[in-house]
Amino acid sequence: MTSSATQRAVDALWRIESAGLIAALARKVRDIGLAEELAQDALVAALEQWPVEGIPENPGAWLMAAAKHRAIDRWRHRSLVERKHAQWVHELEGRADDDLPAPDEVADDLLRLIFAACHPLLTQEDQVALTLRLVGGLTTGEIARAFLVAESTLAQRIVRAKRTLSDAKIPFEVPAGGDLSQRLAAVLQVVYLIFNEGYSATAGEDWVRPQLCEDAMRLGRILAELAPREPEVHGLVALMELQASRLRARSDALGDPILLPDQDRSRWDHLLIQRGLAALERAARLNGARPPGFAKFAIAPGPYVLQAEIAACHARARTSDSTDWVRIAALYTALAVLLPTPVVELNRAVAVGMAEGPAAGLALVDALRESPTMLNYHLVPAVRGDLLQKLGRYAQAAEEFERAAVLAGSERERRYLRKRAAGARAAGQG
Amino acid sequence: MRFMMIMIPKGYERATPGTMPDPKAVEAMMKYNEALQKAGVLLALDGLHPPSMGARVSFAGGKPKVTDGPFAEVKEVVGGYWMIQVKSKEEAVQWAMRCPGGENEVIEVRQVQEFADFPADVQEAAAGYPEMKEQTGKK
Repeated sequence: MTSSATQRAVDALWRIESAGLIAALARKVRDIGLAEELAQDALVAALEQWPVEGIPENPGAWLMAAAKHRAIDRWRHRSLVERKHAQWVHELEGRADDDLPAPDEVADDLLRLIFAACHPLLTQEDQVALTLRLVGGLTTGEIARAFLVAESTLAQRIVRAKRTLSDAKIPFEVPAGGDLSQRLAAVLQVVYLIFNEGYSATAGEDWVRPQLCEDAMRLGRILAELAPREPEVHGLVALMELQASRLRARSDALGDPILLPDQDRSRWDHLLIQRGLAALERAARLNGARPPGFAKFAIAPGPYVLQAEIAACHARARTSDSTDWVRIAALYTALAVLLPTPVVELNRAVAVGMAEGPAAGLALVDALRESPTMLNYHLVPAVRGDLLQKLGRYAQAAEEFERAAVLAGSERERRYLRKRAAGARAAGQG
Repeated sequence: MRFMMIMIPKGYERATPGTMPDPKAVEAMMKYNEALQKAGVLLALDGLHPPSMGARVSFAGGKPKVTDGPFAEVKEVVGGYWMIQVKSKEEAVQWAMRCPGGENEVIEVRQVQEFADFPADVQEAAAGYPEMKEQTGKK
């Protein structure tokens, strides 16, 4: 095997094996930073020896053994006065069978690692970086490029995050009882944040960025296997798969956005839609819903299930006209209780406008306009403009679109909003 | 990136209708499928009934012609497939290597063609896909 071929094989094996390796080591040495360093040592050993000896039959076991040997070597060269060190070195020197943890142990270790990476002591930024590094198996360089920061900045962030966990002597465990749903919510937030970063990436950008959607979906799927009885986990997976199903249809040849009602639905990924709907069904069953409509939940669904249900309404509609807006409006009403954010409130107004007519939608938007959080949110005048246009109030619609264009965050959006303004003016003269 | 791992079991081309795989082999394969699932890379999988239960349609002269299986001259047939989502061909190959394939089984690993976000002529030129994407992104 050529050395570059070996390098690529090692990279691939790292993505497959690293999370499990770090997780198992973390359990033994009870320090995530140290576990990651030992895993890196094993990677270095692999890069040295595999080009010469060939890739071993069981790469995971080889890496674990290498990590242990390096750890023992390392610590033999230091003073073993600290009982703590002596204790885990002794554990590491244990029998060879210890190299291969039992399947249940693997799952538990990985779950502990995920919770540790998303520990509340860390900022969300740190949680994202650590999750992608330790669980996602991305390199520091890839993560830096994905989030448009300098590699050195990212590297420091990771070092600091690991040190925070070490210094606080974070126990390596799955949170129990009351803590669990809060901690799980934090994990899901991190995964969804990664997904959205990828989703917001546009054509022509560094490919590592849209790749984040795949990374997030993989993390979500892994989590769904580790925590299969948590409906919100399946809800998040469903949401990501349903959103991702529209990736190919959402921009035109120039890279400008195509809105949902105008998308070519034949370009939606139907494999992802199927998977998303299946994940949603799992969540619904866990929430006590029964066929045929899954419309009634015994347990109130959480925000990810609700958002996924909304995405599913779109996914099930063969044409834009056959969208079940009444159901979407009801889902947004439920979601607004859990997440009373400007985005949710506005989307609810849009859905009501579609379900009950533009006047009803406009009434909701007008009520929203008063809120201080809405003042500089460009989508408020944009939605208002759209509703006014539907009501035939073209001059006012054009004004609103212009107002939205001024507030918009990107050139692309500005262009689109100015086009809408021109369209409204033209309709007014027609 | 998506890859299809296509299972090609030697001898399946001659399998009689209703042939089912050996239970021991099924058990091993289910463990493998579980591993793909747990790793978050599995998108889809299916096993296919043998060619003796199938048909082929050919289009010589622009007219469709149906031939019922089994197909005497055919040496390799598809037994089933997995569709996985991974970051490189090497990763797909590493997964294929972990399949508990039998003496007479071969897995062919093929990348799924996906709509890229840039023009067709750039796509055609792409030999190393991720590298090409990176270069295009720099323009």
